[in-house]
Amino acid sequence: MSHHIVEAIGLHYTYPDGTKGLNGVSFRISHGESVALVGENGAGKSTLLLHLNGYLAATQGQVRIGDFALNPGNLNAVRRTVGMVFQNPDDQLFMATVFDDVAFGPLNLGLGKDEVERKVAQSLETVGAGHLSQRPPYKLSQGEKRSVAIATVLAMSPDILVMDEPSSSLDPVSRSRLIALLKTFKHTKIIATHDLDMAMDICERTIVLHQGQITADGATTGIFGDQNILSRSRLEKPLRMQGCPKCGNTFSHPTFKRESK
Amino acid sequence: MNKISDNFLDIGYMDDLAGKDSWLHRLDPRAKLITTFIFIVTVVSFDKYTLSGLIPFFIFPIALLALSGLPAGYLFKKVLLVLPFAVLVAIFNPLMDREVIFRIGSLGISGGWVSFFSIILRFILTVSVALILICLTGFNAVCLALSKLGLPKPFVVQLLFFFRYLFVLTDEAARMSRAWSLRALGSKAIDFKTFVSLVGHLLLRTIDRAERIYLAMLSRGFDGRIRMIRVMRIGSREFIFGIGWSMLFVLLRSFNIPVKLGALVTGRFS
Repeated sequence: MSHHIVEAIGLHYTYPDGTKGLNGVSFRISHGESVALVGENGAGKSTLLLHLNGYLAATQGQVRIGDFALNPGNLNAVRRTVGMVFQNPDDQLFMATVFDDVAFGPLNLGLGKDEVERKVAQSLETVGAGHLSQRPPYKLSQGEKRSVAIATVLAMSPDILVMDEPSSSLDPVSRSRLIALLKTFKHTKIIATHDLDMAMDICERTIVLHQGQITADGATTGIFGDQNILSRSRLEKPLRMQGCPKCGNTFSHPTFKRESK
Repeated sequence: MNKISDNFLDIGYMDDLAGKDSWLHRLDPRAKLITTFIFIVTVVSFDKYTLSGLIPFFIFPIALLALSGLPAGYLFKKVLLVLPFAVLVAIFNPLMDREVIFRIGSLGISGGWVSFFSIILRFILTVSVALILICLTGFNAVCLALSKLGLPKPFVVQLLFFFRYLFVLTDEAARMSRAWSLRALGSKAIDFKTFVSLVGHLLLRTIDRAERIYLAMLSRGFDGRIRMIRVMRIGSREFIFGIGWSMLFVLLRSFNIPVKLGALVTGRFS
């Protein structure tokens, strides 16, 4: 079995205060797929992501990462395979300099100094942040922080990238850059987001969560084109599918055609 | 609260100063740290009535400022900012110790006033040198030097995290304060109940953030140990810097230079 596969089988999770986080979630994400996880606030997106890396243990059900059924014994191996980018980069960048932050993971993997330096340089180059290496994280812009946060994960050479709201609080240019960057990654990607336009750009498949359950799972364009699914899950069509306010045209409108090329 | 925020941003400015380039900046942090430590120990080791013996020690901060190009006015203001704490510590000395120990003309100076000024002088010396150390080295490099010198890792990591998240915490506090002032309709002081609520929320947010940071660390293989790549090298420059200054400090501690000079000038040196 490929180590890029993520599978959830009947996942249930209840928070200590009794709130149901997940209520029988099952899916299988194959090698190289890019999947958007959408749903209203409190639908269970972040809870689900935290299960994929073993931060939360399901009350019932199972998570499989490639050949591993996730359990306390293989957490380290799973965390090496599944790289997680958190919603707020300030949570992810905790070291004194960008270099130290990106080197944190590879050093914990037991790599040698030269190998760590090579990985750090390579990861920062990939996200276009090579020049930030010696800067303290608190002096970076939000977009730079996001790029470096991704580099910290890339430096661990994960097979699967899990991202929680990667485009939140980014300005339009930083957002576009992020989308372009994510498109270049060949990893299996699972992206929890409210940014449905970004989901359309990156993910060919979308899973819709509502009250801890999957209400739809299929091709992104199909799901975002289905008003019933969107309304039920308290979502709105992506901007580009909402059509021109004057003529009502969507993809057929010349502007949208031009953009979609 | 915004003033507090500005002051914390000032810490960022100190970090910027540490990024400048001078031979003092380039010295190994350990050499600067040890020399500063010896300076502080020497200064505080004088008895409580010493005043003149402390004056020659100003040569160290003055020399560091002159050689590094750090802004003296900025550092002086920082020292003044914290000086009230020293005044608070020393203010009771003149009341407790009223015995006159010398006279200027007909004016009797009590031991309490001498010890008061001695504490202020020591405070100015030690705080200014500690600030110069941070401005020359950077807080993070000081922490790493502490680690290399054998300070327990958990302590160093706490210091590093404290410095890293000071800015984030201040931002959050400033945002909360702004939200309060927008609805306070011109009220200048936060009432006690609101203050307690603000601090409580800040604490809860801090705990939440700490949990998220811990998760981020776990996701990158954290096993309780912080590993960093740091190449530090003690060379001849560091050796000369450390030994040279330390010898001068011991000399200044052993001989009261102003008294000797005074005796020489007035012909009482025998």
